[in-house]
Amino acid sequence: MPIVKNVTCPICGTFCDDIELTVKKNKVVDVKNACAMGEAKFLNYSDPHHRNLNPLIRRNGTLVETSWTEAIKKSAKILAEASYPLLYGWSSTCCEAISAGIELAEEIGGVIDNTSSVCHGPSILSIQDVGISTCTLGQIRHRADLIIYWGSDPYSAHPRHLERYTAFTEGRFQPSEWKRYVSRLRGVIGKKKLERASQLALMEEFSVPPITGNQFPPTLETEKERKLIVIDARRTHSAEFADYFVQVEPNKDYELLQAMRMLVKNEELEVEKVAGVPVGVLEKIVDVMIGCKFGVLFFGVGLTMSSGKLRNIDAALALTRDLNFATKFVIMPMRGHFNVTGANMVSIWQTGYPFSVDFSQGFPFYNPGETSAVDILSRDESDAALVIASDPVANFPRVAAQNLVKNPLIVIDPEKSATALMADVVLPSTFVGIEAEGIAYRMDGVPLPLKRVVKPPKGLLSDEEILRRILREVRKLKRSQRRSNA
Amino acid sequence: MTELLIRNGFVYDPINKIDGEKMDIAVKNGKIVEKIEGKRVKKINASGMMVMPGGVDIHSHIAGAKVNLGRLLRPEDHYKDVEPRTSKTRSGVGYSIPSTFTTGYRYAKMGWTMVMDPAMPPLKARHTHEELNDTPIIDKATYPLLGDSWIVLETLSEGRIDECAAYVAWELNATKGYAIKLVNPGGLEAWGFGRNVSNIDDTVPNFNITPREIVRGLCKVNQLLHLPHTIHVHTNNLGKPGNYENTLKTMQCVEGLNHNNRPLIHITHCQFSAFAGNDWRTFESAADKIANYINAHNHVTLDMGQVVFSDTTTMTADGPFQFILYQLSGNKWINGDVETETSSGIVPFHYKRSSYVHATQWSIGLELALLIKDPWKILLTTDHPNAGPFIAYPKIISWLMSRKAREKMMKRINKKARSKSLLPTIDREYTPYEIAIATRAGQAKALGLKDKGHLGVGADADIAIYDLNPEKTDLNANPRLIRRAFKHAAYTIKDGQIVVKGGEVVKSISGRTFWVNVEAEKALVETRILKEKFAEYYTVQYENYLVPEHNLAVSAPIQVHAEV
Ligand code: SF4
Ligand SMILES: [Zn+2]
Repeated sequence: MPIVKNVTCPICGTFCDDIELTVKKNKVVDVKNACAMGEAKFLNYSDPHHRNLNPLIRRNGTLVETSWTEAIKKSAKILAEASYPLLYGWSSTCCEAISAGIELAEEIGGVIDNTSSVCHGPSILSIQDVGISTCTLGQIRHRADLIIYWGSDPYSAHPRHLERYTAFTEGRFQPSEWKRYVSRLRGVIGKKKLERASQLALMEEFSVPPITGNQFPPTLETEKERKLIVIDARRTHSAEFADYFVQVEPNKDYELLQAMRMLVKNEELEVEKVAGVPVGVLEKIVDVMIGCKFGVLFFGVGLTMSSGKLRNIDAALALTRDLNFATKFVIMPMRGHFNVTGANMVSIWQTGYPFSVDFSQGFPFYNPGETSAVDILSRDESDAALVIASDPVANFPRVAAQNLVKNPLIVIDPEKSATALMADVVLPSTFVGIEAEGIAYRMDGVPLPLKRVVKPPKGLLSDEEILRRILREVRKLKRSQRRSNA
Repeated sequence: MTELLIRNGFVYDPINKIDGEKMDIAVKNGKIVEKIEGKRVKKINASGMMVMPGGVDIHSHIAGAKVNLGRLLRPEDHYKDVEPRTSKTRSGVGYSIPSTFTTGYRYAKMGWTMVMDPAMPPLKARHTHEELNDTPIIDKATYPLLGDSWIVLETLSEGRIDECAAYVAWELNATKGYAIKLVNPGGLEAWGFGRNVSNIDDTVPNFNITPREIVRGLCKVNQLLHLPHTIHVHTNNLGKPGNYENTLKTMQCVEGLNHNNRPLIHITHCQFSAFAGNDWRTFESAADKIANYINAHNHVTLDMGQVVFSDTTTMTADGPFQFILYQLSGNKWINGDVETETSSGIVPFHYKRSSYVHATQWSIGLELALLIKDPWKILLTTDHPNAGPFIAYPKIISWLMSRKAREKMMKRINKKARSKSLLPTIDREYTPYEIAIATRAGQAKALGLKDKGHLGVGADADIAIYDLNPEKTDLNANPRLIRRAFKHAAYTIKDGQIVVKGGEVVKSISGRTFWVNVEAEKALVETRILKEKFAEYYTVQYENYLVPEHNLAVSAPIQVHAEV
């Protein structure tokens, strides 16, 4: 049975590239190295219940199967006739498709926006304000002796992040935290459990309480080895692995960050607790941050979406920037979809802007809050939309979703989705990274190839090919329009 | 394929020693040919105009991870400078870090047809190439950053030159790169822990090697591999007062490796490395000291890194330098380190006429270009966008060609800088022939690009025609005419096709991406050592690191046979 090695996993921003797939009769039958999330995807993606195998078009209120020619023509007509169309999604497809999408948006004078406008949008806006001190994940693996996750639960959302890039890896200058974690476990539980403990997948069944509360573990201040701190409003799975867990009161992240900034600048805090954390503990955490050789702060939507949003990230970026006067410190958003970073990248190099790009004036214009998908839809400004590789009907605020579906709607997606059910045209595509090739960018901006490991079902086209065909058809329509006008 | 006959222009083709001769240039199948006849030949009347080879830029940050983060950082830079789409061109934005399409068009509009991106982190090579693919019209190439790569440091510190050479050959193939780039050698590895090296003889922390050994080692590697370009070096201590001594040492340290009088090292954006003084207060020009050395030696080429007074965005792989710039300016700062290989930093920056330091930097670049006698040794760049955006080239050409233009600017700069500047003592004015060297012939020669930078039979038909009449106009007295002519080429011809006419893009084509395909017998390509090291050093798989040729929109490999 052919085994395909070095496959990238088209699921989360960890974007693992060491997956091994066993393929039998054009089907993935075995998956090595992936986490449960990745494995499930590779094994189950082709379930016919979850995907359409023919284009659909709405006739008399119901979606019925149709030919590609008709579906593409109809899509092109919708987009060419619209005065302010919206093209949304993009974070779970390859860069080649995104590139085609931008060209289409420019051609029809529409708006192209990717999902980062509703997740890490505040992070990106903050970077535009403050800048960012960051690096690739290997720097962390080799050098970081202090790893902090804030408002992010990698164990659940980026399952292999810890094991591939951070606490549980071996680096040139840093041994693995894993060893210490295991030895700590040893003190608590029996040998049998220990063996099982080494398998991350079984971790759910028991947990070692991380040291938390008022006493700060003395080891954290003295030890030379890698330390893992988790800061979150809830005690997450990842907190169970940490050397220290800081529970911040919900929506008080900003206060905590500002207090830390003051401590870094040697200012005194005149209160006993900040955001539920005793100042004495906070001082020690800041000492560890200043005293480390290489620190990193990963933050997730727990920080970008808690109240304060932009302010939170501004403070986090400034905190880590300021720490560089004392030591090396970096920060990185935990990007969700496997190619949300690529969606930003392509958009930036082609238009200057990372998302929410409006071509209605003939050149790229960017004003998030005005040109972002949710805002356009909430104000009911767009008159048609194309949604690709995303499910806004399930995720957007209700008004936005309602306005999205009341106008002509085209959906490109390999899977059935709530949005697809409401569409006027459904263009089923191949799964990029399994059935089609491409390029995508890991959360730290490292570009990697997406592989084609099996042949797609007959008749299905890739996201890129579908978009290129629509674009060609739109141009044809416009030409004939010009001719009839002349 | 179009056949073209460019008639009666004043031709400046320094490689073929043609200095303003009135003659015809014939083009067929994208190449310059002896002559061409027939009805299908399209004729361009270039009488009263200058005809030059297409411009070549040896050092301009136009693509890749760092450039793109620079674009991200600066929406305010884009708002003020937009390009609407036309029937021939895609839309885009400027200013100091234009989007990719705009970059290609703007170079072409000035008559430039080949640009080298000088700083590609090997791990992110695919990104650089994706952007180069989206940069229309011009030909491109890119230099992988190798001066702080762990495998380079290790093999050199253990004296395993051959192995280092094999590794570099592998990297050039793997990343589709063109030349060996060193940025603050050793300093970027140190920056991984927030440190730096202080001079060429400082030891790199955790690695038993000095910058001097890295420079010499990679210079030898460059020779072993027979690469078309020399090593391309951004010196240690760049941007610091007093750094000229380190720059001289860097040039000296490879002197002994010279044979047959050919260049061995390119010191890039030399303006930033020609500072005297002990601190910013005593800071002054050391251009004369650098120029004296260059005038007495033949193993170095330089490019200017000319400052233009403008708002711009600085971006280099020199992480520690960018951090200093952040501290000096207080502007927003991006740092982006790359595992096992390199670092980078970005800081917006405004060069002000009223600033003593900035005005002196402006003077240093021009002093270098005017004091170095041989124009083949110093090439025109702004280290785009570090000292200013490339769209300022016409202005710089006017400063080089016209004393009057320099004097006019001198009147407007910081007084102390004016009184200390060497420029008032310099009468030299570049001739069009010398401009053709500094902007195309010399650049192509330094890069070892045989078919570029000249108009001899067999050369690529990359041609710029400027509406400037050297017989009728007193060029030195009319800097404004110079600027206008070089800003909007009357024609730009790329691979034999008219792409720009009257300063506007009339046709957009895809340029090629050049890279060096080194055939090395001892190639480390599949060796166990590399693969083992690789798994240990990188967070990506060996196979996924390699950029396949089909990732390049138009691949143009240059075959090279190495000695190892
Ligand atoms: S961590 Fe993410 S990328 Fe890696 S295998 Fe799991 S789902 Fe895939
Ligand atoms: Zn540079």
